[in-house]
Amino acid sequence: MQRAILYLSLAGFAFGQSQPIAFTGARIIPISGPEIPNGVLVIQSGRILAAGPAGSTALPSGARREDLAGKVIMPGLVDTHSHIGGIDGGDSSASLHPDVRVLDSINVREARIQKAQAGGITVVNVMPGSGLLLSGQTLYLKLRDGKTIDDFLIPDAAGKPSGGMKMANGTNSRGASPRPGTRAKAAAMVRAEFVKAQEYREKVRQGADDASKLPARDLRMEGLVEVLEGKRVVHFHTHRHDDILTALRLSKEFGFKIVLQHVSDGWAVAEEIAAAKAPCSIILIDSPGGKIEAKDNNYGTGAALERAGALVGFHTDDGITDSRLFLRSAGLAVRGGMSRDKALYGLTMAGAIMLGFEQRIGSLEPGKDADFIVLSGDPLSVYTHVLATWVDGVKVFDRVDPKDRLYSVGGYGASHDQGPSLHGSSLHIDVEEP
Amino acid sequence: MKRFLVVALSLVPAVHAQLAIRGETVHTVTGQAIRDGVVLVRSGKIERVGTASQVSIPDGYRTLTAKVVTPGLIDSHTVVGLSGLLNQAHDQDQLDRAAAIQPELRAMDAYDPREKLVEFVRNMGITTIHTGHAPGALISGQTMVVKTRGTNVEQASVVPEAMVAATLGTGSRAEQGKSPGTRAKAIAMLRGELIKAREYAGKKEKTRDLRMEVLVRVLQGDLPLLVTVHRAHDILTAIRMGKEFDLKLVLDGVAEAHQVLEEIKASGYSVIVHPTMYRAGGETENLSFENAMLLRKAGIPFALQSGFEAYVPKTRIVLFEAALAASHGLGFENALASVTIDAARLLGIDKRVGSLETGKDADLALFDGDPFEYVSHCIGVVIDGEVVSEARQ
Repeated sequence: MQRAILYLSLAGFAFGQSQPIAFTGARIIPISGPEIPNGVLVIQSGRILAAGPAGSTALPSGARREDLAGKVIMPGLVDTHSHIGGIDGGDSSASLHPDVRVLDSINVREARIQKAQAGGITVVNVMPGSGLLLSGQTLYLKLRDGKTIDDFLIPDAAGKPSGGMKMANGTNSRGASPRPGTRAKAAAMVRAEFVKAQEYREKVRQGADDASKLPARDLRMEGLVEVLEGKRVVHFHTHRHDDILTALRLSKEFGFKIVLQHVSDGWAVAEEIAAAKAPCSIILIDSPGGKIEAKDNNYGTGAALERAGALVGFHTDDGITDSRLFLRSAGLAVRGGMSRDKALYGLTMAGAIMLGFEQRIGSLEPGKDADFIVLSGDPLSVYTHVLATWVDGVKVFDRVDPKDRLYSVGGYGASHDQGPSLHGSSLHIDVEEP
Repeated sequence: MKRFLVVALSLVPAVHAQLAIRGETVHTVTGQAIRDGVVLVRSGKIERVGTASQVSIPDGYRTLTAKVVTPGLIDSHTVVGLSGLLNQAHDQDQLDRAAAIQPELRAMDAYDPREKLVEFVRNMGITTIHTGHAPGALISGQTMVVKTRGTNVEQASVVPEAMVAATLGTGSRAEQGKSPGTRAKAIAMLRGELIKAREYAGKKEKTRDLRMEVLVRVLQGDLPLLVTVHRAHDILTAIRMGKEFDLKLVLDGVAEAHQVLEEIKASGYSVIVHPTMYRAGGETENLSFENAMLLRKAGIPFALQSGFEAYVPKTRIVLFEAALAASHGLGFENALASVTIDAARLLGIDKRVGSLETGKDADLALFDGDPFEYVSHCIGVVIDGEVVSEARQ
C-alpha cells in the first residue's frame, strides 16, 4: 500500500484535478484587466478556464466551489532573481563559466523553497552569484511540490530545462586574477569570450553540411552560442549608472537579450534604459549602501523607470531579501512613487515577460496556467498574508496547514531541509483505495 | 517620490520654534489615540496635548498637519553612526576584533552624527537610537543613546554610556587558536573577568584599569550587560551568568525565545528582540515573525530593534520591523509601543521620550497614513521642538 501511494503521488503532482474548481466571492486582480470586486476564477486540469465578474462568468457543471469572500486572488508571483535551493555556480578558477549549470547544484529540499511558496512565488529564476563576470546558466523553476529537480523544471520548446545566463559587472566580480582588476578589463574579458563564441558559432554553421568541418564540442562555447542566438537571456547584475550602460553596450555589440538585474542607479539612466528596451528587475532594500556602488539605491528607482517607459519587475535576491516578503517589494516601490498597477504588474506579468513565459503565466486569463495566490487583503498592505499558493492547479501552500504555517511565519525547524520522506501536496492527493 | 528637505542644523540657530502639530489621529501611546488632535510645542518640550476643540493654537505658533502623528520612534538597538552606509573600513567602527573582552571601548568616541544613515533613519521618523558596539565579540564595547540630530556627539547624546555589549554562542568565537573557541570557554572567560572586577572593586589601593572600571559598573548594576544570544540553551546560559553575578542584564536577539518563554519570564530580564525580518540562518535559523507577539503574550517586557547588518540592508528600519510584528499578531498599538514607550522604559529614558505627554521632549513623527503601511510616508520629523525633516510640498 505504501508503495502504491508513492507511485500515485509521483504521477499526480504535475497536474491539477480534472474536476473544475470555482473560486467565488474574492476580489480578483487579473493583471490583464481591471480589478474585479466580486470575481470568479475557474480552473481545471492545471489551467485557467475563466476569470471574470460574478454573474457574468459561467460555472461549469460539476465544479467544486470554494468560497473566498473577503479574500483577494491574483496571479502567482514571479521572482526574477533568487538563490534559493542552496545553489552554486562557477568557481574561482576562471571568471567566465558559461558551461556551469545551476541545474547540477540545486537542493530542492531546502526549506527556502517552501518559504518561497509561502510568499506566493510560483515561478522563480534561480541564479548563481555575482562574484564572477559570468557565473553560469540560471534555471527557471515552477515551485510545484516536488521531490527531485525534474519536478520543478519548465521545459523549453526543445524539451530542455529553460533558464538564462548570469553575468555581472561592477565591484562584485572584481578581484585578484583570474578575476578582472578594473572595469575596462572586465569588459575586455567578456568581449574576448563572446568573439570566440561568434567564431565557434561560425564553425558550427560551416559544419552544418559537412560534419568533418564541425569543431570539437566545447561546452563553454555552446553556452555562449545559446546566448548569441537569443535562446538564453543574460541576467546582468549591475548597479552603477556607467556599469548599466556598459552592460547595454555589450548587449548591443553581441546582440544578446538582456535583463538588467538590481539596477540601483537605474533612476539616473532611466531614459537610456528605456531607449534600449532593456527590461529591469529591481530590488527594494530598506536602506541604501552596504557597498559603494549601492550608495544611491532608493525606493524611487521603480518610479523613475516606469516614467521613462521601461519594463520593471522585481526580485528577492533571496537571501538578500526574504521570499516570504516578496509582496513588500511592490509596496515599497509604490512608497517610492511607482503606480499601483505597474507595481502589481511588476510582481507578475513583467517577470513572466523577462523569463519568456508571457503566454503561460503572469495574469489570470483563460488558457493560462492555474498559478495564483489567495491573499487575506490588499497585496500592498503590510497586514496582508498569503493564505494559499496554487501552481498548475495544485495547492502547494496553505496557511491553515500547521506545517505550511511553520514555513510562513518561522519557528523551530522552519529552516530545516525537507526530510527524505515525501512531503507537501503529494500526501494530500486523492488516492483510490483498491 | 517625496524627497526630504533636510534642514541642516548647522545653518539654523538653535531656536526652539513654537509649534503646533495637528493630526487627524494623534497617538500619544500612553493614552487613548486622539481624533483631530493637537500637540503644542514650546522651548523644545511638549506644552499641551489634546483635541483640537480643547487646545486652541496660540498666535505665532507654526502649524504642521498630518494624517497620523506619533511620538518620535525609538530604535532600541542599532549600530548606526558607528557603522556607516558605504561599508568601507573607514566607516565601520562597530567592532574591534583584536581582543575578546573590551568593555572600555566607548560608543561616544566613534559615533558620527553626520553619517548618512543617521539622516536616513531620522527621515523615517526615528528620533532616538540606542547605538554602539556590535555583536561579534564576547564583550565588544559600550553603547549609548542619542537623538538622531546634532553635528557632534555631545549635541546628540542622551545617555553617553548606556550598556555594555556582550555576545554568547557562536557569534563571539575568535579565530582558530584564540579564545573563546567554545561556548564553555566563553563563559569561563566572562566569569573570570567579572570575578577579577569584583576583586578590583574591593582593593583599597589600585592603579587605574579602564576595563575593570567599566566591569565594576556592570557588577554594580550601573551599566546593564546587553547580551546578544539566540539559541535556547545560550539564552539559559546568559540567565545563569546574570543571576550568579546579580547583573542587570538585557537579553538581545533571542531568536529562540519562543522555546524558553517561561524561563525568560521567571528571570525578570527584559528583551530587545531581533528585527522581525532578521535573516533565518545559523544560530537564528529558528526565529519567528511571531516572536514579539509571543513575548508580549508571556508578559515579558520587550522592545524592537533594527539590529546589525554586515552587508545589505546596511541598516534595517525599526519602523518596518514593528510593522511586520504588528501584522504577525502583535497588533498596531503594541507594535507602536515597542518602538516608543516600551523602548524608552527599557532604556531608562521614559521620563524624556516615548510618548506625547506634557513636559516630555518634543520628539514627533508625522505620517500621511498608517505609519506601518508600506505605501505611507513619514512627512515630517520634530526633535527637541525643531523640525529636522520635512517633506517637500
